[in-house]
Amino acid sequence: MRFVPMTEYLQIDLETERWQCRRCGREIASARENYKTGLLVFDRDPREIHRPLIDPQRYEFTFSPDPQWCRIVEFYCPGCGTMVEVEYLPPGHPPTYDMEIDIDALRAQKAGLDDDAVIPLGRDLPVNFSTQAHSNWTGER
Amino acid sequence: MTNDRTPYSPEEQIKVDEFLAGATLFLGPDPEIMRDHKSAARTPLEEELLSRPIDSDALDKVRKRIVAGLDEAYEMMEQTGAAPGAKWGDLTSAVYSAGGDLVHISSGGVLAFASVLHYPVRFINKYWAQEPSVGIHDGDAFIHNDARYGNIHCTDQSIIIPVFHEGELIAWVATVVHEGENGAKEPGGMPSSSESAFDDGLRMPPFKIFERGVLRRDLLTFLQNSVREPKLQYQDLKVKYYAALRIKERVLAVIDEVGRDAFIVSMRKSLEDVEAEARRRVSLIPDGTYRVNLWSDSTLRENVLLKYPCAITIRGDQMIIDWRGAAPQFLNRAFNSTLGTSKCGMNQGILAFLWPDLPRGISVMNSIEVLTDTGSCLDPTDDAPLGQSLQGAFKAFATTQALWSKLTFSCQEKFGAIIAPWFNQINTFLFGGITQHQEFVGNVCADLNGMGGGARAYRDGEHSMAPFFAAMADIGEQEIIEEDVPFMQLISKKIKRDNQGFGKFRGGMGYEMALAAKDTPFWGFAAVSSGSKFPATPGLFGGYGCPTLPLAKIKGVNVFEQMKNSPENWQFDFERLLNEQPLPGAKYSTHHMGMALELANEGDIFMMCQGSGGGYGDVLERDPAEVMADVEAGYISSTTAREIYFCVFDADTLAVDSRATEAARNAERRARLERGRPYAEFVEDWVTEAPPQTVPYYGSWGDDNSTIHATAWAATGPIKLALPMSQMPPIMLPDPKDLAIAGLQAENEALRAAASRGDA
Repeated sequence: MRFVPMTEYLQIDLETERWQCRRCGREIASARENYKTGLLVFDRDPREIHRPLIDPQRYEFTFSPDPQWCRIVEFYCPGCGTMVEVEYLPPGHPPTYDMEIDIDALRAQKAGLDDDAVIPLGRDLPVNFSTQAHSNWTGER
Repeated sequence: MTNDRTPYSPEEQIKVDEFLAGATLFLGPDPEIMRDHKSAARTPLEEELLSRPIDSDALDKVRKRIVAGLDEAYEMMEQTGAAPGAKWGDLTSAVYSAGGDLVHISSGGVLAFASVLHYPVRFINKYWAQEPSVGIHDGDAFIHNDARYGNIHCTDQSIIIPVFHEGELIAWVATVVHEGENGAKEPGGMPSSSESAFDDGLRMPPFKIFERGVLRRDLLTFLQNSVREPKLQYQDLKVKYYAALRIKERVLAVIDEVGRDAFIVSMRKSLEDVEAEARRRVSLIPDGTYRVNLWSDSTLRENVLLKYPCAITIRGDQMIIDWRGAAPQFLNRAFNSTLGTSKCGMNQGILAFLWPDLPRGISVMNSIEVLTDTGSCLDPTDDAPLGQSLQGAFKAFATTQALWSKLTFSCQEKFGAIIAPWFNQINTFLFGGITQHQEFVGNVCADLNGMGGGARAYRDGEHSMAPFFAAMADIGEQEIIEEDVPFMQLISKKIKRDNQGFGKFRGGMGYEMALAAKDTPFWGFAAVSSGSKFPATPGLFGGYGCPTLPLAKIKGVNVFEQMKNSPENWQFDFERLLNEQPLPGAKYSTHHMGMALELANEGDIFMMCQGSGGGYGDVLERDPAEVMADVEAGYISSTTAREIYFCVFDADTLAVDSRATEAARNAERRARLERGRPYAEFVEDWVTEAPPQTVPYYGSWGDDNSTIHATAWAATGPIKLALPMSQMPPIMLPDPKDLAIAGLQAENEALRAAASRGDA
C-alpha cells in the first residue's frame, strides 16, 4: 500500500514520505514530522463557535467558553481550506504534536496491502461506507 | 558511609520477615498490590495443568456458564437493589482466580470495574489468609469500598466471597454496586467539598462482614451508624451478598460438571487468551506516539485550569500510556483520582470503545505500561481527598478515548468505530434531605447517565445515549423517581438547543434539567461537574467539541405557587427562563458546576444541561438536509445553521438553497485560506513560555512534561511555581468563601477610609 489513510483528511504517501490532504491531494509536510507544520492555522475566539445562549451582560456563565482561558485553534489545508483538525487550547499553549508516526514501521506493516484495500470505519456499518485507502480525489473541489 | 551489616541467612530472613509482618502497625494500601494492574504469572498448579491436553469444549462451557451466572447476578441486583445506582445498572459482578486475577465480569454494568476489583482480593489473600484473627473460610464474605485499596470510587461497595471446592480455595466472586450515600461530608457519597481524606465517608479496607455464613451484625451496625441511610446499607448488603452467592452456586455447579482441573485451566486460559488477543490488536496499530492535551476548568470549589496530557506510544505489541505532566494533587480538594481509579478510566476506554468485543478481564491490560508522576492528581498520595475522584478518572478516560481513532484509523481490522469523544462529565444533581416518607436520603439523579455520544465517521452521535462508563445504563423514569424523593423535574429530557458538538457528523446532544424541591422540611442539591469555562469534550478530525455549560439558579420565589397563580409566566425552556426572567421577584444567576450541597427552599429552581459528544469532521461537509432536520427538530437554531454550517435556506419553509449554500461554503473555504497563517508564523506569535498570568494554571506547558506549573498559596497569598513534580510543595487552596470575605473586608475598609477622609 502506498497511500495510507491516517485521518478523515490526511494520508501518508509512503513513496514520497509526505502527509497529503485526502480532499485535494495537496502535499502537507514530511511524514516524519508534525503534519500541522504544513497547515494554515487560525486562533478563533471560542465565543464565535459556541455563542452565548444566555445574556452575557447579565450572566457570568453563558454556554460560551471563557476566551481568556480557552481558544479554538483551527487547522486548514492550504490547498482546499478543509478544516483538518481543531484544538481547544489555553492561550499561548503550543499546538499538540498528535501523530508522530514511525514511517519505517508503517511501511513494513502496510507492505503487501493493495492500494485499493478497504479500510473500514467501524463494525456497525455496511462496507460501502468504508474508506478506500487511496482517496478518490479528482482534483476538483 | 558503607553498609557493613551482615546479610541475614535465608532462615534468618524468613524470621525477620515474619516479625515485621506481625509487627506492622497499620496495614494500609499496599503499593506492591496497588501499582500492579496486570494478571499474575501462572502458579505451579496452573503450569502443571496446562501442560496436559486441554479440552476446548470444557473451557468454552466454563466461560459461558460463568458469564451467564454473572449476568444473572447483575439482573438480580438491578431488580432488587435499593440504591438508585443499582436500579440504573451502575454495578457489576465478577469471578476471579484463586490468586485474585479478575477473569470475567457481567456483560452489563460498569466495565471499568474489570480493572480495579482485583486489588482488594489480592489484599485479602496477602494479609488476611494467614492472619489468625481473620482467615478465609467457606461461607465468609468480605466488604470493602475504599478506592485506596482498589475501587472506582468510595461510593461503590463490594461484597467479595471465596469459593471453596472440596476444601480448596478455587476462585473468588464479587458483586459491586454504586451505593451513593456513604457517610461522606455531603449526602450522596461524592462530596465536591471534601477537604481531606476523612471527608470522603466510609473508608472500608476489605474486612469480613459474614463469618462462615453468619452476618456480623455488630459490624453491620457500625456501618449503618456511619451513613445517612442505614436501611439502604443493610438492604443492599443483602442484595450484593445473595447475588454473590448465586454466582458461587453457578461456579460450583460448573466445577461439578467439568471437574476442578478443567475449571482452573479455563480460568487461566481465559486470562492468557485475552492477553494474547490484546497484544495482537496492539500490534495492528501503526508504531508511533500519539498525543492529546485536555483540560478541566474546576476543582469543583473554584475555577482553575488543570491539565490532563496523554501520550500513547505503540511499539509492536506494547502500549505505553504516559500521563506525566498532569496537574498536581490538591490536598484539600476532591478531584484527585488514585492510580487504580485512573487506570479504570483508561480501561473503560479500551473495553467500551477500542475493543468492545473483548472478554472483560484484568489481562486486557497486560500489554500496557502506565507512566505517571507520583503526586499528580492521577496518582496522588493516600492522604489526598478522593470525594470526586471521577473528575480525574473521567479525564483519564477522555484522554485515551480521544486518541483511539487516531491510533486505529488506518487499521484494516477494527473492533470498535472511528468515533469522536463521548461526553465525559457528571452533569446532573446530587441530592440529600428528608423525603415525603420522612426518611433521610442522599444520592444522585439518574440523569448522570444521559451523556451525549460522540459523532462517528459515518453518522451523527446519539442524543443523551448513555454514560461512557456503562453502555446499558438507564436514566430512570422521572414519575417513578418522584414517588421516592421530594423534588420534581420541571424541565426534563428536553434537548438543549445548540448544545451541540458541530461537525460533518454532529455529536449527540444533552438535555435540560430544572429541579425544584417540594413538601420537604429539609432538602438540598449539589453539583459535581466541570466544563463551564473550558469545554469538557473535544471533537475529532476538524469537528468541534461541546460548548461550556452553566449551572443556573432561580431563587427567591416559589415556582409551584407561580405555576398555580400565574401559569402563563412559566417557560419550559432554560434559555427563555434566564433571558426573559419571567418570574417576578426572582433572583437569576449562573455558576460553575461545582456546588457543595446547597439548601433548597420550596420552589427554588436549580438548572443544568447534560453535555454533548464531540463532532466529527469539517462543518462545511455536513449535509444541508441534516442541518435543516436539526433546525426543524429544535436541536439547533437558524443562527447556528447559517453561521456555523453556512447553510442558506428559507426561514419559513427551511428549504435549502443548494447553490447558494455551496457558494457560501466555498466562500468560507476561501476565507479560511485568507485568515489562516502558516504554522511557523503562527507559532512564533502564539506560543508563550508559560501559562497566562491571569489564569490559575496547573500542569505542564507544551511538550515539556518535566516542569509542572502551579499556583500555591503561601501566608502572603498566591505564588506561581514551575517545578518538577517531585519538588512540588503541597497544594492547598483557601476556602473560596474566605477569599470572598477578604475581598469584601478590603472593600469595606477602603470605603470607611474614604468616608473618614470625607471623599465624595
